[in-house]
Amino acid sequence: MSTKLNELLGPQIHTLGIRGRRAKILAGNIANADTPRYLARDVDFEAAVRSAVGRSTMSGTDARHMSGNGLTNASPAYRIPTQPAVDGNTVDVHAEKGRFTENAIAYQIDLNFASSRIRKLIHAFRGD
Amino acid sequence: MPLFDIFDISGSALTAQSLRLNTTASNLANADSVTGDPEDTYRAREPVFSTVFDGARRGEAPGGVAVLGVVERERPLTMEYRPEHPMANEDGYVYRPNVDPVEEMANMISASRSFEANVEVLNTSKQMMLRTLSLGE
Repeated sequence: MSTKLNELLGPQIHTLGIRGRRAKILAGNIANADTPRYLARDVDFEAAVRSAVGRSTMSGTDARHMSGNGLTNASPAYRIPTQPAVDGNTVDVHAEKGRFTENAIAYQIDLNFASSRIRKLIHAFRGD
Repeated sequence: MPLFDIFDISGSALTAQSLRLNTTASNLANADSVTGDPEDTYRAREPVFSTVFDGARRGEAPGGVAVLGVVERERPLTMEYRPEHPMANEDGYVYRPNVDPVEEMANMISASRSFEANVEVLNTSKQMMLRTLSLGE
């Protein structure tokens, strides 16, 4: 049942989770902008979405099987540095801030889509 | 929920950067504290940052910044011949701290910029969370 409900809520339910996780990783990059030998990380958004959507449509063959919940284990990858520092740090704060803001806006876009879907569903359930 | 973790991550960065600002303030304040004994002379300090990882998974998402400690700079002290100085030793020398004010100013600006960046991250995350709370309204 929960899988069916997830399908009704649309793909945004998956992307919200991934964007939340990406926000955390980018926040970690910005926080560690002055840490020696820190390597900047990021998630491959497309691969993460593919793995999340693929997992949620997995068929349960036993009543005890858990359904996919849109979370993904695609581990973050290291960013290719543009201007590595002498201390081994590969964070470009301005680029990371740009990505963080972009990710935050995309998160809110996904929220808007999910919200309107939920409103439509409630409308359909009520039938008024 | 990853968005909650951002408060810890950016919060730890704010702590680390303000500690860095503190050491800079103390370095600049003591830039002219001369003594007659090199053992007692103030030496420039700086914090050592390191990354905290969630659990033991090094390849995983970073968890924030920790200050491992505050170290004293190795650069030699400057010796000055000032026999009239009340702190001068029997040979007439005083020792100046190894603080480089230009370096400290650059450090201060860098620390305050990093602090600002983390405050912005906190604000944006707060907005994201508050919007999430009103999902479906």
